[in-house]
Amino acid sequence: MTITPVTIAFAIMAIFALGGGLGVVANRNLVHAALFLVLSLFGIAGLFVLLEAPFLAAVQVLVYVGAISVLITITIMVTRRIMGITETINRQWPVAAIAAALTLVTLGFVILSQFSGQMPVADVPPDTIARMGAAFASHQGYMLPFEVASVLLLAALIGAIVVARD
Amino acid sequence: MSEWTFIALLFVISLVTPLLPIILGRILGPHKPNAIKNDTYECGIETVGDTWVQFKVQYYIFALVFLVFDIEVVFMYPWAVAYNRLPLFGVVAGVIFIVTLAEALIYAWRKGALEWL
Amino acid sequence: MADVFTTIYDWLTGLLAGWGASQLVIDLVMGLLGSIITVVYLLTLALVIIWVERKFIGRVQDRIGPNRVGPWGIFQNIADVVKLLFKEIIIPKGADLIPFMLAPAITVASVFLIWAAIPYARTLIGTDVNIGVLYLVAVSSLGVMAILMAGWSSNNKYALLGAFRAVAMLVSYEVPMILALLVPVILSGTLRVNGIVEGQGVWYVFSMPLAALIFYIAQVAEVGRSPFDVLEAESEIVAGFHTEYSGMAFAMFYLAEFLHAFTISAMTATLFFGGWRGPFAQQYPTLGIVYFFIKTFLLYMLNVWGRATLPRLRIDQIMSFCWKFLTPLALVLLVLSTLVDKVASILLEDVVPNYYAAGSLVEMLPRSAVLLSVNLLVGLLAVVWIARQGRKERQRLAALTSPAPIERQAAR
Repeated sequence: MTITPVTIAFAIMAIFALGGGLGVVANRNLVHAALFLVLSLFGIAGLFVLLEAPFLAAVQVLVYVGAISVLITITIMVTRRIMGITETINRQWPVAAIAAALTLVTLGFVILSQFSGQMPVADVPPDTIARMGAAFASHQGYMLPFEVASVLLLAALIGAIVVARD
Repeated sequence: MSEWTFIALLFVISLVTPLLPIILGRILGPHKPNAIKNDTYECGIETVGDTWVQFKVQYYIFALVFLVFDIEVVFMYPWAVAYNRLPLFGVVAGVIFIVTLAEALIYAWRKGALEWL
Repeated sequence: MADVFTTIYDWLTGLLAGWGASQLVIDLVMGLLGSIITVVYLLTLALVIIWVERKFIGRVQDRIGPNRVGPWGIFQNIADVVKLLFKEIIIPKGADLIPFMLAPAITVASVFLIWAAIPYARTLIGTDVNIGVLYLVAVSSLGVMAILMAGWSSNNKYALLGAFRAVAMLVSYEVPMILALLVPVILSGTLRVNGIVEGQGVWYVFSMPLAALIFYIAQVAEVGRSPFDVLEAESEIVAGFHTEYSGMAFAMFYLAEFLHAFTISAMTATLFFGGWRGPFAQQYPTLGIVYFFIKTFLLYMLNVWGRATLPRLRIDQIMSFCWKFLTPLALVLLVLSTLVDKVASILLEDVVPNYYAAGSLVEMLPRSAVLLSVNLLVGLLAVVWIARQGRKERQRLAALTSPAPIERQAAR
């Protein structure tokens, strides 16, 4: 396997994504865990860039880092027991470890057998975003999911306000 | 792909650039911590109680409404890029999308979720 | 001399290739050079514009402004920097050290990163990413996280409260900003920033002035400048999220704020005022950078003028202005202008050959006229609505504090 700059960039982004994830899970301090989550999301945005999907990378940073992380962090910061959580080791962690290992083996097997270790990056046409937009508004395209998404967002907002008001 | 090398480099350099003066300030500045100086600032009096803030649900609701509108606008950007070549029906589809989310705003407004109490 | 930037770039890459560097190394070196130049010139620019602002505000307030250090006080900022450099960075008890130190760095970084995608001239741009506008918005939203980090790691409940208020305000004003930002994208059909500039045969501020106004106001609120500077006002929650910062760390927040104000002027100039476009800017790209900086500077002076003269708004006024006026206005504007524009393009199909032209003044006139009329209509409706709301509010207040008892007494 040749070491190209893309490989190095991929390794860095993967370290951010995975290391951030580990940091979220392993950290006692909830606020530090939230900050590691931000790091992990950045890693994923970097992976999107490497996959030639800059639109998704920008959406990831804008929505996940800019909105969802802020929401999570605000919620964490205003709950009382924050610093120095006492041990909350889950008694069932062996079962969880086995389930996670099984998932890893299954996914790895599927991916490796389908792509035999290579990473096919399809040719990306230069005007993906325009095509996406045209598809959003055409019968043969994705207009129904587009409108359903708006109704979904409406429902989400109504639900969240109803829940938050109580 | 090579476009992003510039952004990555600029990111690294612009993170390092503020840290250098801060480190320089640590080196050059006096180091005389004492109990009073390091105390938490509360307009000159002693801090009372832990550092936590009473949960005002307003903060959470504003962030939530922003999240919904953020996702909506993200959906609208591809539609806007393709606007010039869309038929009238496509524009009406986008307008329906916007109107549905305007309904969401009106709901939040009438339910008093947008008040800063 | 027409195209200084391409000449220098070609010369440098030729030099590097002559030394036997591969394409990768050339990219890295040019990128590094570009980043360092950007950072250095932005820092020097900050010194200059802070001086200009202080002098201007001083004159507006009928005083001279800094005039001791150097002729006309031009070295005042350097003196300030030196002072802040030698101040002790007090780390409050119980503070979280890494977020405490990272927060000013991320705030500054989120401002510098915006300049990567802004074109100074037709051939001078950091990098013309094909998602330009979305990139600008995404990078601006990084600053929000930094503010939360700063407020939390100070271990001070007032800093935390100030941080929450700041985040609520910044996050709310992002909505009208990204809604108004759809307008240049619709008009030019591309997300690339250089594409938007090249498409402005008629500046977008002349065809959609309301959208430009919404964008500018939302951006001023994003920076946290007057009249939206409730976050750092002295009579408000101490100093907001940077209460516990002193010395160079505070200087970084201060620098980031001024640079951000200049950056939003640059963004507005690029997206709505034609960026580097001007007479002969197409043939002589070197002229482009002059036009760009003139426009940016004028918009920045507009911002400073607002800061010097407008009173500060209360936080609840700020929030209702955003959610109950700017956002509905932006939504209504979007709906009406897209519908009318598309209908007009269908109706005028035979009369106007190329309705969706971009880039040339003459061809864009019909579309600009249509959009301008829609904007004026919506603006008129908005003004009428505000007037009616204002009258209702005044009547309500007059009814509450009516002088009825005294009148009755006088009539007796």
